[in-house]
Amino acid sequence: MKYESQRVAMPYFIFALVLFVGQIVFGLVLGLQYVVGDFLFPEIPFNVARMVHTNLLIVWLLFGFMGATYYMVPEEAQTELHSPLLAWILFWVFAVAGTLTILGYLFVDYATLADVTMNKLLPTMGREFLEQPTITKIGIALVVVGFLYNIMMTALKGRKTVVNIVLITGLIGLAVLWMFSFYNPGNLATDKYFWWFVVHLWVEGVWELIMGAILAYVLIKLTGVDREVIEKWLYVIIAMALITGIIGTGHHFFWIGPPEYWLWLGSVFSALEPLPFFMMVIFAFNMINRRRRNHPNKAALLWAMGTAVMAFLGAGVWGFLHTLAPVNYYTHGSQITAAHGHMAFYGAYVMIVLTIISYAVPIMRGRPYGNSNTAQIVEMWGFWLMTVSMVFITLFLTAAGVLQVWLQRIPDSGEALSFMATQDNIALFYWMRFVAGAFFMAGLIVYLGSFFIKGQASPAEEVRGPATQDA
Amino acid sequence: MAERFTKSMARNIYLGGSAFFVLLFLALTLDTQVRAMPERDNRDQLTDQVVRGKHVWENNNCVGCHSIMGEGAYFAPELANVFDRRGGGDTETFKAYMNAWMNAMPTNVPGRRQMPNFNLTDEEIDDLSAFLEWTSKIDDNDWPPNIEG
Repeated sequence: MKYESQRVAMPYFIFALVLFVGQIVFGLVLGLQYVVGDFLFPEIPFNVARMVHTNLLIVWLLFGFMGATYYMVPEEAQTELHSPLLAWILFWVFAVAGTLTILGYLFVDYATLADVTMNKLLPTMGREFLEQPTITKIGIALVVVGFLYNIMMTALKGRKTVVNIVLITGLIGLAVLWMFSFYNPGNLATDKYFWWFVVHLWVEGVWELIMGAILAYVLIKLTGVDREVIEKWLYVIIAMALITGIIGTGHHFFWIGPPEYWLWLGSVFSALEPLPFFMMVIFAFNMINRRRRNHPNKAALLWAMGTAVMAFLGAGVWGFLHTLAPVNYYTHGSQITAAHGHMAFYGAYVMIVLTIISYAVPIMRGRPYGNSNTAQIVEMWGFWLMTVSMVFITLFLTAAGVLQVWLQRIPDSGEALSFMATQDNIALFYWMRFVAGAFFMAGLIVYLGSFFIKGQASPAEEVRGPATQDA
Repeated sequence: MAERFTKSMARNIYLGGSAFFVLLFLALTLDTQVRAMPERDNRDQLTDQVVRGKHVWENNNCVGCHSIMGEGAYFAPELANVFDRRGGGDTETFKAYMNAWMNAMPTNVPGRRQMPNFNLTDEEIDDLSAFLEWTSKIDDNDWPPNIEG
């Protein structure tokens, strides 16, 4: 850690991991409700648990991105953070507001929550992933603006690296697109169209810039490869992400009202969306092969490789599986979508946050070369348990989805099974998904346990000439 | 990557490519929203009652279990075509069905998925029914493939 103010990333990372645990607990509740329908009913109905599960994910990833930014930007700019105090204030504002919102979901009936938060004045609630009360949405916008101000003041006074520029571009995009969460017309078709401006253009657009920048930063640090090379790759990757992903939004416009030309545009461009993720795999492995040092933080390196591979599989391959319009006609809104969603979010965004945590947290704890060998081995067990569990969650949901399509979607009206009859027929796969989910929880506990193991690694071993000064 | 391919070339592809596709996306959005959608989303039938129904839908987080036009949760049946599935395409039949259904919840059958009782008034149920009927008439390229949704 080169600048003292980078340390403000720490509370962001810690709180992100706390929310991550909450997310998985509610994931298990949901998994069980899929097969034991009345589990926790009426105390925690499925819709409440799902809202908690998905909103916790979004919020903890935002905490992770903010932590990553506070850590990276000062070091890249070679200057202290503009205002560590502001970063701390915004941390508490966001943490308190986020916690209150989740508690509101759990302990207040949703219609009452809408009522007491005066949703009537500016109705934005009750839409998937955007369930937050309008006041929380405004709060998120204000926190992000304050955060961007702090970060841009820091970046502007220092060295302007490509990593910083790309990261900040992604974050500005995140903030600007969030504005669409306030647009909720009475026309459902229009509502849905612009809802995707937040949801798709976040995860298949600007978030990829954030992910690319974090991956590039960690690879510079771990491999010691010349920044020029890494920055060139970063530009090509984000170019591909935006060139394919923006018009790729069209794969969401197939069946919600927009005209038929989206069937073609959405299919063609989203079929290309795996490209940037594939390039991230090539990029990560290539840089590691050309490394100028063997960095002793092997766990961070594993996460960096893991996020590239799993993002490609989850977002790229599992996305492509059902993105062509003739296929999507049958799979849209089935368990195939759920399978893709799980592995894509885990591979791309959960793992990139865990990558930067794995790299940065030991340094902030005074272990510049990483945790002790034992701690790293435990962390890697966490990595494998969570990652393999997620692969199985995805495979079981995919199997459930294929059967669902076969029973419920493909036969003609009159012969097709009803939704609920289909669900009964595929319950076995839901049980297996639940077991895989329990293993994921075990992996998360092992991963968190690795933080409590003492000791640190010894300095890096240089190979193939000195590493660049940046590393 | 070959040395001939420089960082500034990569940057130009990024800037030029994303600027081009952002503009193209905005142009397509304009065409979709201004020209195409009025013909397809049956907005001349978008009454105050339908909008009130949409708020009932949102204020009770229906999308937390159900999907509508394939979007939402996958825990409970698709509802964009429930007007056709349960109402047989008839407004009065559908309203009667909705009223009976909403008041019968939850079933409390042990082990089965449970839908809460949202304590809606008769008027709210009518509004919600109007919203779902309106939704069923959006031209969505013939999705879903069959009546089961």
